[in-house]
Amino acid sequence: MLTQLSATELRKKLDSREVSAIEIAQAHLDRIASQNSKLNAYLHVNPELTLEMAESAQKTINQGNASAVTGIPIALKDNLNFGGMPTTCASKILGQFQPPFDAHVSKRVRDEGMVVLGKTNLDEFAMGTSTENSAFGPTRNPWDLERSPGGSSGGSASAVAAEMATLALGSDTGGSIRQPASLSGIVGFKPTYGRCSRYGLVAFGSSLDQIGPFARNVEDAALCVSALTGHDPMDSTSLNMAPIQRSVEGGNVKGKKFGLPKQLFGEGMQPGVIESVLKAIETLRQAGAEFVELDLPSIAYGVTTYYIIAPAEASSNLARFDGVRYGLRVDGAGHIETTEKSRAQGFGHEVKQRIMIGTYALSAGYYDAYYVKAQQVRGLMQREFNAAFQMVDHILGPTSPVVAFKIGELINDPMALKQLDFCTIPANMGGFPAISLPCGLSEGLPVGLQLMSPNLEDDALLKTAWAVEKALDATLRPSFA
Amino acid sequence: MSISIDEVRHVAKLARLELDEAEILALQGELNALLGHFSDIRDLNVDGIEPQSHAVAVQNVWSEDIIGASLSREWALKNAPMTKAGLFVVPQIIED
Repeated sequence: MLTQLSATELRKKLDSREVSAIEIAQAHLDRIASQNSKLNAYLHVNPELTLEMAESAQKTINQGNASAVTGIPIALKDNLNFGGMPTTCASKILGQFQPPFDAHVSKRVRDEGMVVLGKTNLDEFAMGTSTENSAFGPTRNPWDLERSPGGSSGGSASAVAAEMATLALGSDTGGSIRQPASLSGIVGFKPTYGRCSRYGLVAFGSSLDQIGPFARNVEDAALCVSALTGHDPMDSTSLNMAPIQRSVEGGNVKGKKFGLPKQLFGEGMQPGVIESVLKAIETLRQAGAEFVELDLPSIAYGVTTYYIIAPAEASSNLARFDGVRYGLRVDGAGHIETTEKSRAQGFGHEVKQRIMIGTYALSAGYYDAYYVKAQQVRGLMQREFNAAFQMVDHILGPTSPVVAFKIGELINDPMALKQLDFCTIPANMGGFPAISLPCGLSEGLPVGLQLMSPNLEDDALLKTAWAVEKALDATLRPSFA
Repeated sequence: MSISIDEVRHVAKLARLELDEAEILALQGELNALLGHFSDIRDLNVDGIEPQSHAVAVQNVWSEDIIGASLSREWALKNAPMTKAGLFVVPQIIED
């Protein structure tokens, strides 16, 4: 079935003319039509536009001008602007916003001849860990429809895991690509901060946000991210560097030194998750990898640091939603009341909570105690991790302390879901590239292994991840229809 | 440190959010839960560590001043909740 194949396999079939881009697109559209109502992974599809893109891709292929990703179907998280489809951020405040421009990554997708299948569900403005904070209902996990696929890019993760997309893009502020990849049994990669332009991504925590791919395997993730990265003058934090390399073959685990932070193997971790990761470590050890224990005490302060810095930045970023130039407007007496009413009715509860905590942390009297202190702790984390990277090639641990949890199970406790982010937050605080790949099952649900590298070592990380994936041989597929 | 109902109202005003009584109460509880969790960094020693606003050090990003394409008026107004004569309509700000 075309929907089960990797991008690399589809590439071969496209190049040999065994299948057309149109057939591939149609197979995915059919799959979405029959399965999406169970999963709610896609918020918007536009089959006409998808097929137009597929026809144009096929023309490029016929002319012999195909790139490595021409004709490959991809889904976009609905906080990325893509002309021709609305951007909602899963929020009522944006209505059916029609973006007047493409995000940088969307333009790359278009220029490379990839075929956009639709826009995927997320926690409103990417604020969440479960995709339950969507104004359009939660996304479900194809491994168990009662469970969450993780978040905030849960729609993209669910779409790839349920074979409704070959590739998908997400954004990762505190783990929003890696955690749903882990809970959904697929690969998710966050590049070094600055490798992928954020232009046209609706901003959440601007100093932490980074775009990256979901894929069936590491090779596909590298294929995708290679097409997206490179310098973009429209994002002043975009690094002036060549794209991340597409080729991952030849990576090795033999002779590589992996650091295991003891803070990621102790309190708060599900025993089944630890067991699965330890088993993977043993396999890698037998393949010639070396392991050393690391003590990184700053990991314990990551959640606090993140939930001060990200909401502080969000409270500023989301000030633009004022009911004047776009989005929902609820009239009140005068300008200020109109803004207050529009925001009150447009934002969901979690978004309001984060705007409130961010505004509080930035307000007079609390700025030094919370915001400045949190930025110093970020400095501490960077110092600790950079020192660790002097001793090891990669840092390894679980991506998530738990496997997929039930929808509704944790959402009413304001700290329960937030505490689940502690394995993924350090990579955002330091900017480090990090990848999650499946390493096995616990209670029949996927467990993800996370690898981190020093800043700008994206190529080396992907190569090692490819070798780790090969050694573990743990590609997972849900028994979903 | 805990946050009072009056402080919740004050912060909501700063954030331009009209909250009803039930929401104010709920948010007071949630913010206090978060602030309780945040107390873990209060006594953490960070002496001599510069506050970091970014993960990757990038300085002085300049760009050439070149005229490029910009949004057309039609597109700029396309998503506006209210327009008139090619302009955004906003509530009256200055008294008659």
